[in-house]
Parts: sequence; structure tokens; C-alpha cells
Amino acid sequence: MAGNGYFDVAAGAPLHPVAREALAVALADGWADPARLYTQARRARQLLDAARAATAETLGVRADEVAFCANGTQACHLGVLGLLEGRRRVGGTLVHSAIEHSAVLHAAQWHAARGGAAVSVPVDRAGRVDPDAFTAALANGGVGAAALIAASHEVGTVQPVATVAAACDRTGVPLYVDAAQCLGRQPVPAGWSVLSGSAHKWGGPPGVGLLVVRTGARWVAPFPTDERESGRAAGAPALPAIVAAAAALRAVAAESAAADARLRTLVDRVRATVAATVPDVEVVGDPVDRLAHLVTFSVLYVDGEALVHELDRLGFAVSSGSSCTSSTLEPSHVLVAMGVLSHGNVRLSLPADVDETEVDRFLAVLPGVVARLRAQSGAVGL
Amino acid sequence: MDVDEVLDCRGERCPLPVIRLARRMADVPPGTVVRLLADDPAAAVDVPAWCRMRGQDYLGSPAAATFDVRRTN
Repeated sequence: MAGNGYFDVAAGAPLHPVAREALAVALADGWADPARLYTQARRARQLLDAARAATAETLGVRADEVAFCANGTQACHLGVLGLLEGRRRVGGTLVHSAIEHSAVLHAAQWHAARGGAAVSVPVDRAGRVDPDAFTAALANGGVGAAALIAASHEVGTVQPVATVAAACDRTGVPLYVDAAQCLGRQPVPAGWSVLSGSAHKWGGPPGVGLLVVRTGARWVAPFPTDERESGRAAGAPALPAIVAAAAALRAVAAESAAADARLRTLVDRVRATVAATVPDVEVVGDPVDRLAHLVTFSVLYVDGEALVHELDRLGFAVSSGSSCTSSTLEPSHVLVAMGVLSHGNVRLSLPADVDETEVDRFLAVLPGVVARLRAQSGAVGL
Repeated sequence: MDVDEVLDCRGERCPLPVIRLARRMADVPPGTVVRLLADDPAAAVDVPAWCRMRGQDYLGSPAAATFDVRRTN
């Protein structure tokens, strides 16, 4: 049971009921290695093929463009580094936004440590990458690939994917899109060469990454491969989890229009109420062109870790981009790139079936929580 | 830059340097320039953000872990 105050689906969504059923069936029926030649293996192969076909259909791509891998992070690494590998002779520079997921930034650092280069394109105060600056970076020559997150996982701002994709097309640079927060929720504009996602973010089980490589894209495996997943991701796939992930994706996509409208209204309420009832707060990210379910704000003079703990005590699970909540004690690179307050930061990402009364309870307790924490640190009357 | 006073918050973790800056700025007369020394990595983004949110003048960071702020009113 996720708990009614679970507001952190951007970190991990609870298992969708349809996925739970599919997982039980696949564990009973799809436990064999799908690469073998006997009856049990053929049954497993059928389940894998069906999961791939269903996923492709939901995403509007070809089944042979879909590969499953170990998790969303691995999908990011494979997506970015595979495009760079495919263009080694053309150029070794990766152009990416400043607000990519850390998995993409880690791939960029890994690439740079091996003789490549990475160029980070800045974002505005709302967290949107500057398409002109991105286009200019593409024109510098020696660019192997570009990476752009479809919508920020920390502040929700939708990125100008279509504009950047068009610029990539003009310059012949392949585009990688991290769609982890969008899949099953909202469409991603076309024009990318490689796209990745993570089942755990859409209501599938953890341990399933999604890598989509468009036909004709010059993607070359950057790591050792075998005969699995068309040579894109090595090792036996986590078949029962993949079956469950595909079932969940189809289910959430079918419900997405209704969920989008409901969540958008709730997040609008959170944005307006927090700004009105909490003094010295900054609600960040684009207020309109954003993910439907996600909202981030920063509270002046409050420790983000204390805020997360206090909200947890009251039954709310939220995440924070404040430095005190990270293992490195560095503030979120996304908040830094936007130039917004990094301490006292809270991110809510609401499940599709979120209990509206819990959102209202959160809004009711928040001003008191903030006032209490400010009083504790002597930050009163400032 | 004429700095009127220095507030040393080195070794303190955010939000403490920002709280101390806010407390000090409430006490100094308008026009006063306070130099905040803060080596928490969050200070580089949080000090300018505080100035923006509270309508104070952020004058820049002349050196590492050093931030100049002028009280406006």
C-alpha cells in the first residue's frame, strides 16, 4: 500500500493493479529463458513478444525498435552513449540541456573522461532550455549527438523537443530524448532518434528500462552485447517484470487523458494555495506548459531535509532537491541551473488516482509545518 | 566595492547563512553593503535567490564563497 499521502511517483510509482495481475501470471507462466527451444521457453518468448508489441503500439513505434533493459538509468546510458558511438567518426561532442537527469549527465561525464566532450545548454528561470542556444551549440561542428529531457523530472517544465528536434534534423545530429516522466502520461513530440523510459515511473515494477531506437538511427552498442534484445541490451531480460511493465503502460496510457485533466487541476490548486498561504515561498517551473502531476516549490529559511521528515511524520511522502537531502550535499543541478532557491525545496508528484482530500490535507498542514520549522531555526520576522 | 561589514558564515550549512544574512540585513540602514562569506555550495544560488525574493540588491560574487548584498530599503 503506497499510502494516501504518497506524492512521489516521479521517484517511483506504486504498481498499477493491472501490472500486479500481469506479474503474477508471467511469474507462473513466463519463468523460462525465452531464448531456449523447448515448450516452456516458447511460452516465455510469446509473452516477451506480446509485451514488446503492446509497448510499441502504445508508443506508436515499431516492435523491432523497442528493447528492454535493466532500468531507466541503464536505458539513459545506452541511449546517449550508443548514439555517440554511432557517430564517432563525425564528432565526439554531446550537446545536452543543463537539466538532464543525473543518469544522462553521468553518461556525459563518462564520455568526456574517455576523450569526448560535453556542452551544457542553459535554461531560463522557468527551467526551459533555450532553443536558440541549443541550436547554436549544434552548429559548432563536431557534434556527435544531442540529449534533451522531454519534461523536467524536478520541476515539470516541458522542453521544446519539437524545435530542438527540427534543429537536430537540419544539422544531421541525432537526438536522444529522456521521456521517463512522460511515458504513459502525455505524448512526446516526434523527431528523436532514440528515446528512453523507466517502467517504475509509469506504474510498472522496478527493474525495467525501455530503449527505443528508431529504424535508420545510427546507434551502435556502447557496451558488450549478446543475442538478447536485438543486441541492444545484454543479458536475460526480466521477463515477468517486462510483461507487467507493458500491461501497466497500456493501462495508464488508456487512462491518461482523464488523469491528466484531474491532476492538472489539483496541481494548479497546489501552486495557487502554496503561494497564497506560505509566506516567502517560490513555486518554480512553468505554471502552464508542464507535467500534469508534478509541482515544485522552495520555502525560504527552511531546511529541506527537516521539511521532508516533518511531512513524512504527518503521512506525506515528498522529495526534495535541497543539498541537505543529497548524499553529495550539493543542491539539485536543476534548481541551480534555473537560479531558483535551492533550500527548503519540496517536489510533489501525484499518482493518477491520488486522493483529493489528502492533497487538501497537505495544503492545510503545510503553512503550520513551515511556521514551526522557521520558529525552530529562529527565522521569524525576517 | 565598498563593503560596510562582513558576515562570516563559513562552515555553516544552508539555510543558516541565508537566515543570518536576512537577520543582519533587517538591522542595517538602507544602502549598507554586507559581504557574506559562505562556503556551503547552495549559497551561490540561494543568496541571489533570497535577494530576488526579498527585493534586495545582489551585487555579485567577487571571489569564491563571497557574496555582496546591498540593503535597498
